[in-house]
Amino acid sequence: METAPKPGKDVPPKKDKLQTKRKKPRRYWEEETVPTTAGASPGPPRNKKNRELRPQRPKNAHILKKSRISKKPQVPKKPREWKNPESQRGLSGAQDPFPGPAPVPVEVVQKFCRIDKSRKLPHSKAKTRSRLEVAEAEEEETSIKAARSELLLAEEPGFLEGEDGEDTAKICQADIVEAVDIASAAKHFDLNLRQFGPYRLNYSRTGRHLAFGGRRGHVAALDWVTKKLMCEINVMEVVRDIRFLHSEALLAVAQNRWLHIYDNQGIELHCIRRCDRVTRLEFLPFHFLLATASETGFLTYLDVSVGKIVAALNARAGRLDVMSQNPYNAVIHLGHSNGTVSLWSPAMKEPLAKILCHRGGVRAVAVDSTGTYMATSGLDHQLKIFDLRGTYQPLSTRTLPHGAGHLAFSQRGLLVAGMGDIVNIWAGQGKASPPSLEQPYLTHRLSGPVHGLQFCPFEDVLGVGHTGGITSMLVPGAGEPNFDGLESNPYRSRKQRQEWEVKALLEKVPAELICLDPRALAEVDVISLEQGKKEQIERLGYDPQAKAPFQPKPKQKGRSSTASLVKRKRKVMDEEHRDKVRQSLQQQHHKEAKAKPTGARPSALDRFVR
Amino acid sequence: MGILHSHFSVASFNSLLALSQQEELADLPKDYLLSESEDEGDNDGERKHQKLLEAISSLDGKNRRKLAERSEASLKVSEFNVSSEGSGEKLVLADLLEPVKTSSSLATVKKQLSRVKSKKTVELPLNKEEIERIHREVAFNKTAQVLSKWDPVVLKNRQAEQLVFPLEKEEPAIAPIEHVLSGWKARTPLEQEIFNLLHKNKQPVADPLLTPVEKASLRAMSLEEAKMRRGELQRARALQSYYEAKARREKKIKSKKYHKVVKKGKAKKALKEFEQLRKVNPAAALEELEKIEKARMMERMSLKHQNSGKWAKSKAIMAKYDLEARQAMQEQLSKNKELTQKLQVASESEEEEGGTEDVEELLVPDVVNEVQMNADGPNPWMLRSCTSDTKEAATQEDPEQLPELEAHGVSESEGEERPVAEEEILLREFEERRSLRKISELSQDAEPAGSQETKDSGSQEVLSELRVLSQKLKENHQSRKQKASSEGTIPQVQREEPAPEEEEPLLLQRPERVQTLEELEELGKEECFQNKELPRPVLEGQQSERTPNNRPDAPKEKKKKEQMIDLQNLLTTQSPSVKSLAVPTVEELEDEEERNHRQMIKEAFAGDDVIRDFLKEKREAVEASKPKDVDLTLPGWGEAPGSPPSFLIKAPEGPPRKDKNLPNVIINEKRNIHAAAHQVRVLPYPFTHHWQFERTIQTPIGSTWNTQRAFQKLTTPKVVTKPGHIINPIKAEDVGYRSSSRSDLSVIQRNPKRITTRHKKQLKKCSVD
Repeated sequence: METAPKPGKDVPPKKDKLQTKRKKPRRYWEEETVPTTAGASPGPPRNKKNRELRPQRPKNAHILKKSRISKKPQVPKKPREWKNPESQRGLSGAQDPFPGPAPVPVEVVQKFCRIDKSRKLPHSKAKTRSRLEVAEAEEEETSIKAARSELLLAEEPGFLEGEDGEDTAKICQADIVEAVDIASAAKHFDLNLRQFGPYRLNYSRTGRHLAFGGRRGHVAALDWVTKKLMCEINVMEVVRDIRFLHSEALLAVAQNRWLHIYDNQGIELHCIRRCDRVTRLEFLPFHFLLATASETGFLTYLDVSVGKIVAALNARAGRLDVMSQNPYNAVIHLGHSNGTVSLWSPAMKEPLAKILCHRGGVRAVAVDSTGTYMATSGLDHQLKIFDLRGTYQPLSTRTLPHGAGHLAFSQRGLLVAGMGDIVNIWAGQGKASPPSLEQPYLTHRLSGPVHGLQFCPFEDVLGVGHTGGITSMLVPGAGEPNFDGLESNPYRSRKQRQEWEVKALLEKVPAELICLDPRALAEVDVISLEQGKKEQIERLGYDPQAKAPFQPKPKQKGRSSTASLVKRKRKVMDEEHRDKVRQSLQQQHHKEAKAKPTGARPSALDRFVR
Repeated sequence: MGILHSHFSVASFNSLLALSQQEELADLPKDYLLSESEDEGDNDGERKHQKLLEAISSLDGKNRRKLAERSEASLKVSEFNVSSEGSGEKLVLADLLEPVKTSSSLATVKKQLSRVKSKKTVELPLNKEEIERIHREVAFNKTAQVLSKWDPVVLKNRQAEQLVFPLEKEEPAIAPIEHVLSGWKARTPLEQEIFNLLHKNKQPVADPLLTPVEKASLRAMSLEEAKMRRGELQRARALQSYYEAKARREKKIKSKKYHKVVKKGKAKKALKEFEQLRKVNPAAALEELEKIEKARMMERMSLKHQNSGKWAKSKAIMAKYDLEARQAMQEQLSKNKELTQKLQVASESEEEEGGTEDVEELLVPDVVNEVQMNADGPNPWMLRSCTSDTKEAATQEDPEQLPELEAHGVSESEGEERPVAEEEILLREFEERRSLRKISELSQDAEPAGSQETKDSGSQEVLSELRVLSQKLKENHQSRKQKASSEGTIPQVQREEPAPEEEEPLLLQRPERVQTLEELEELGKEECFQNKELPRPVLEGQQSERTPNNRPDAPKEKKKKEQMIDLQNLLTTQSPSVKSLAVPTVEELEDEEERNHRQMIKEAFAGDDVIRDFLKEKREAVEASKPKDVDLTLPGWGEAPGSPPSFLIKAPEGPPRKDKNLPNVIINEKRNIHAAAHQVRVLPYPFTHHWQFERTIQTPIGSTWNTQRAFQKLTTPKVVTKPGHIINPIKAEDVGYRSSSRSDLSVIQRNPKRITTRHKKQLKKCSVD
């Protein structure tokens, strides 16, 4: 995961010193307390941050497995270094106080390791082993390099912290705005658009642009940071949903009958009649697919790079008006009126999975950015968070007084729910943890019922579309503080955008590859492999990879008589046979052991059963 | 006389061969007659006689010589018969050479001739194809051997991450600082200033490349010197080996006489030398003397010559009857005396005195001698030998005790008495308890070791007693192992044989004791188990009670515990409601109200309906995904009375569904063929299992997931060529070999017909085959 340093972004300090604690990066001119000459004295580390980057003594280069990663930040030992001062002394006679490469914390490296080492490999030949070793060494090297580059992620997320015992949910937007700097305060605004009724809204991928469409036909796009309007039109039709395509230059609007695409001038580019009565839109940025859910019950995938419909899937569950995407694996989640959520990929005619979530219909679905958690709310007034890692079980459940009509996850895992004219925001403990539904992190009352919700990427801002217009509210700690300058750069110029567009198109992922496990591409197609093997055996008439039957080696001094050869052969055969029997017995035992617990345990009260 | 002789011979002949063929009989008299009539001289007669003898000897059996027909000129011409003289012998090559007179100069030639003759005839040459094949084989082997030196290079190149062509000799990447400095001069004023400073402070700017010591060591030995040195060493080694061979040869000689002679000679020589030494170098002589003294010591220690050996004993038996044996014995004894003689280191003046002393000593027995010496000077060795005698006496006393100890089965010889006493105390104690125990004895004996039945109160009492005992035993065991083991016997005896046998527990064997100890401990353990067993079910109950409490918190644990999650529970559990600070405003817009209304209705109808539908759907999905059985029934087949044969082929059970334990989930088990088309479906070469290969492709190499450096490194091309450069084939020098490898390869290629001795061997082998 490469991350580039921010080229020219001045840190938008959104919070104030009282409530928000954002660590400022230390500048070199700020270190007044420390003697200035660097490298002259191999003194102890100056501050805590430095200590973490404490280099270790370089261990043997051959044991590069663990040597380059330090388990714990260590303080160098002076006497050890003085032992052989000659080796480290340069021309000037000065010593390197921190010899060797800087260590990297293990947890960070672990984050970038992708090889699943838990699976034990069968015995491999020397040649294979060398290849595996090379692969592992490569992985370690690259992950270490990636971990080192984390240093460039200078920004840290902010957060709200209540003064002892203070509930952060009681802090209202006005307080926050008052506390933060002007630039951040400018990000909180309200657009009073009472005329064209409840609004849906969408931020572009870079988080710089905002498009919104009112139910009564009002469509507009603007650079919301500078408040510069790009276009504003009225399509004179019901607008059900609005969404940016891969860049802010294209805009898809789901209108009453058909799907329309406009550019940033408000000029209608396309009217896609194959997608009719669309209720919800989702855009899969890496596949260039626009997924549309329609009243007719069809889920249609439109490839916007070539303008072709990739797949039109019939969900067979009536009107579809709840849709969200899983940003991790580009699977579309549809909520149905029978309380199920179905997961879809364009490659399959049937849903990949169906999860029964609520007793009533599903009102809203949202999936977090890591693809681990799914939040659903149903007509039964419940809000549930499901684990998507294979089990699909609810992790936490809460009953809300009125039920949530809209849900959204932020980049850092904050969950927002719109209930009537209230938005509640829940935060988790860390980045990888699900939001805990115990206590809301923030609440806000709007001037009308909520109709659309989205967190702005890379900003601590939540956009809410409601009947009274658009509200942009500040949510500290919502957005990812560091952005990838090559991938989604909020400050990119037009040229940069065009460059990126070409690159993104070149790297477009085929639609067929959408499946539940996006890493399936790194696996071998075992079924075809086995089939190929079978075919080969049929073709050749023998198994070329079969284990050769045991042939006893000839021995010297008369021990190679026919009888002894036969005996030796027999021995090996018997041993193999015994192994087989042992294995089958073990399997039987396993089966029995498995079968036992399924039967109800005999209870002492059984004797009374008639 | 000759006639007489011949007559005799004829008579003997007749008598011998009376039954032989008639013709010959007829012939011979004729011959005889003829010779008789013609010959007068002795010479002739003798020759004839010789011939006759030959004829007779040839008559018997198969060797009978045919009388050859005359075919050539012969010395002897007979009108009756052709003489066969000379015709029977084979003509030898040497005969041709033989002159009338024998001459010595021709002997060598004859020898050579005979040598030539002794050689076998030359075998037929192999046919051309075979020879060529052998040549090819040999050439192949040789070439393979020569080329094998490239193996590591090839291997390295194959495993290399990147190869850069054209190959260039690797330059040392980092030149030592001294090199850099020597060719570098300070140019800019700043540099000059710095250098000035350095010089002023006498900082080492350029270290010498090599220290003088290293240089000297490098220059120390020239090639010639080294060669000479090696030659010397070789010579010395050769000489040594010759000498060793000689010694070995001599050692192998089995003749006793020879060895005796050699020994005697050696002894004489030694004596002579000693005499000489005494005159020339008294100090060295003294050393020699010490050697002799050492021999004496050896003899005294080993008593090799004191009639104790096997040989000596056998001789002693024979000595009664055999004088020689007696002599041998005496010789040995004298030898012993000679060896054990104390040599006096004395000056010449005292020598005579010493002589008398020697005589004296010879008369006195050895033991006395030793004591005397003790008196002379303290010798620890002697002292020890003295005390050993007393010890021996002590050990002779011991055996009376020994059998007793052995009966105890304990190897320790001393300190046995005390434990015995303790044992007796314990014994009494046991006897007291025995009376208590007698009641439950039977049941205890019958009870199997591993049984966990509930026991009656009596047996429990016994067990508790036993436990006490075992505890005691353990304590004792810790304090003193020996004691414990002896005690261990007692319960054993009492347990198994309550009868009077327990009076003699000491007679028990050791292994049995150990067994009983173990048994006792086992019993103790059993007791513990039993005690523990009661609370266990309670504990289990607690656990089972506890687990449901954990349920909502730990879904995984729950999954393990219970196979199926209750769907009803999952959906209908009451979740805590959120106390929101801000309650949504009640008054809402029309459509919101409308929706709320709908929602209310739906809520009313929501419930089991949804769940049942879902379960039904799931069941259908499971059924659909199951592999189907194949029914091969044909109408009319297998419908005969009796048990109908089944034509149903059962489909193999597939792997368990992923959603088997997840009631609220239906996971589609269908394969995504579109995605599978992008997957790897053939394992590349060195991999045998797909897991292995998967490991190598799990790390992404794109720049999206990697840093720039890592990306570059991961995507380096395998082979890099410089445009516009000629890529020459690899040479030996390029990889650090000498260039000769190429030349010896070419030798073989040039004349593959040349065959060395080794090849000849191979050839022979092949021809034999």
